[in-house]
Amino acid sequence: MRAFKNFTGLVAPLDKSNVDTDQIIPKQFLKSVVRSGLGAGLFYSWRFTPQGAEIPDFVLNQERYRGASILVAGANFGCGSSREHAVWALDDYGFRAIIAPSFADIFRNNCLKNGLLPVALQAGAVRRIIDAAGARAGYRIAIDLERQTIADEQGQREAFDIEPFYKQRLLEGLDDISLTLAHGEEIAAYERRHLPPYPRL
Amino acid sequence: MAHNSDVRPIAGAIAMTAKTLFEKIWDEHVVYQQSGQPTLLYVDLHLIHEVTTPQAFEGLRVASRKVRAPERTFGTLDHNVPTTDRTRPISDPESATQVEAMRRNCAEFGIKLFALGAREQGIVHVIGPELGLTQPGMTIVCGDSHTSTHGAFGALAFGVGTSEVEHVLATQCLWQVKPKTMEIWVGGRLGAGVTAKDLILGIIGSIGIDGATGHAIEYCGPTIAGLSMEERMTVCNMSIEAGARAGMVSPDQTTVEYLRGRPYAPQGAAFERAAERWLSVRTEAGARFDSSHRFKAEEFAPQVTWGTNPGMVVEVTGKVPEPGAIADPAARAAAARALEYMGLVAGTAITEIKIDRVFIGSCTNSRLSDLKAAAAVAKGRKVARGVQAMVVPGSQQIKAEAETLGLDRIFKEAGFEWRESGCSMCLGMNADILKPQERCASTSNRNFEGRQGPGGRTHLVSPAMAAAAALEGHFVDLREFRIEPLG
Ligand code: SF4
Repeated sequence: MRAFKNFTGLVAPLDKSNVDTDQIIPKQFLKSVVRSGLGAGLFYSWRFTPQGAEIPDFVLNQERYRGASILVAGANFGCGSSREHAVWALDDYGFRAIIAPSFADIFRNNCLKNGLLPVALQAGAVRRIIDAAGARAGYRIAIDLERQTIADEQGQREAFDIEPFYKQRLLEGLDDISLTLAHGEEIAAYERRHLPPYPRL
Repeated sequence: MAHNSDVRPIAGAIAMTAKTLFEKIWDEHVVYQQSGQPTLLYVDLHLIHEVTTPQAFEGLRVASRKVRAPERTFGTLDHNVPTTDRTRPISDPESATQVEAMRRNCAEFGIKLFALGAREQGIVHVIGPELGLTQPGMTIVCGDSHTSTHGAFGALAFGVGTSEVEHVLATQCLWQVKPKTMEIWVGGRLGAGVTAKDLILGIIGSIGIDGATGHAIEYCGPTIAGLSMEERMTVCNMSIEAGARAGMVSPDQTTVEYLRGRPYAPQGAAFERAAERWLSVRTEAGARFDSSHRFKAEEFAPQVTWGTNPGMVVEVTGKVPEPGAIADPAARAAAARALEYMGLVAGTAITEIKIDRVFIGSCTNSRLSDLKAAAAVAKGRKVARGVQAMVVPGSQQIKAEAETLGLDRIFKEAGFEWRESGCSMCLGMNADILKPQERCASTSNRNFEGRQGPGGRTHLVSPAMAAAAALEGHFVDLREFRIEPLG
């Protein structure tokens, strides 16, 4: 996994709650057998007409938000399907962090496995960021994972929570599987005392 | 839906001996634990399908890793396979590539695959239980959010992403933060024409689509105890639509009898020993949940969703809601946007909404009892002019059983299409999709924008409600519909 580095990035506001993974990456992009290139399908039905032309109103199509690396959205972001393609698409498009009042469980897990930082803040704080990103061109936020804070240039500063275990993995870009394989002894011991698997039919 | 809820703090100081089903399974599967860290949990059964696995196998190959316990992983092809004639090759080249990749990966890593043409093939959450792979007390994961279905057996079953699929393949374990527990208690009798689907839709409408985020739900109470295994699966299936990763029911004699004789279940004396063990994982009297909701079955009516998430639901006797009447500004905006997308006018009676398509299928409602309920409605009648209706059995085995009972003939004579098994128009990855603006009565589980096809409009209902809508061309209150029991 790519290690998470502190950064300052342009903020794009998506003022909707319950953004589901079917919207983040529609099914026609799930036929891929690779992880890369999914940014092209990100928010496809909101970004493009059925003929493939950009819908100018949609936030990511507005000139001032091009190159955004932080997405700020409403509550329960990433609900629905478990498709990790949603995270791959956000990442491939260039997002490095998502700020929202809350995240769906599986989506949040998928973020943490891919170095995309889910930042959960109080609804009021998220509202201020959405409003600021709408009001000021070039509105940017600095994210500091070590200190667990975000701050804008106007002085809004917020702290966020993250489990120490996941924070460590993000900062070091650690590969989960090698860490787990280091517990090979414990797994083997568990298998010896646990029930045998299925009969081979 | 009127209901009572309360949130009880866990009594940290009081030694608690009575355990919930969830706690028993969790504790039994801890491989490694250190305070302040997630727990390393052992996975008993791993189910895989063609859409969320190719990148996981690729990851294994790149790192030269093996599958740790191939005998605990089973694969099927369901999400993007055609439901039409299977004797011909898959015409969509991307789908064909994905299906071929699955075949190659399973062969290379020694995993049993129920491929197209196999009599066990079907939707992953239908075949696990049907084959007896799903058993009480197990931990079960799959790269699919509706893995919660298997919780109906008293298993701890949840959906994971592709990185976690790769992790399970390599280690047979997962790092998990312990979720909170939630009791959803239902007492009383469901009225005639009110099904398990209506029950779960009503519950989601009541607690909200993120009402159970971070929780494992246990469905309890006399109503749940009275449900068949297929009905319990319908309820547990949609736990994710309330935000819960897992939904479970304590195993009982109904569970045991369902599993008896299934091919992967223990047989003979071993079965009796297993049954005794299964019954012992039940939630004990006095066990505490972190939160609790209570419902009365009598208060549920047939449900129809009107919006673009499963919580946007009303009774069939109701009306499309007025966004202006919603107090919360975000919910009001979402409702207005949903009505625009759905092409609906506030105040319209649900029974006046005309439909173009009907889909009876998906891991929520494609089992034999679902097809029987729909067939009982369709028998001797005709699909309304201009409506296109299809029935997609959840598995080849269900399809065969239904054909033995003559359900296929009932459907075909009424003008329904009768298809091969798969996910089909639940997510429309194959050719079965809605056209823009087409309106569908669907027995599936998600009515998100574009879920069944870009621009498509989905209303979630029970199988009998879907069949009745197909015949009338609009939603009808099933309770006013004359239904002859199947002979
Ligand atoms: S039927 Fe639908 S919800 Fe169920 S596994 Fe298939 S796509 Fe997912």
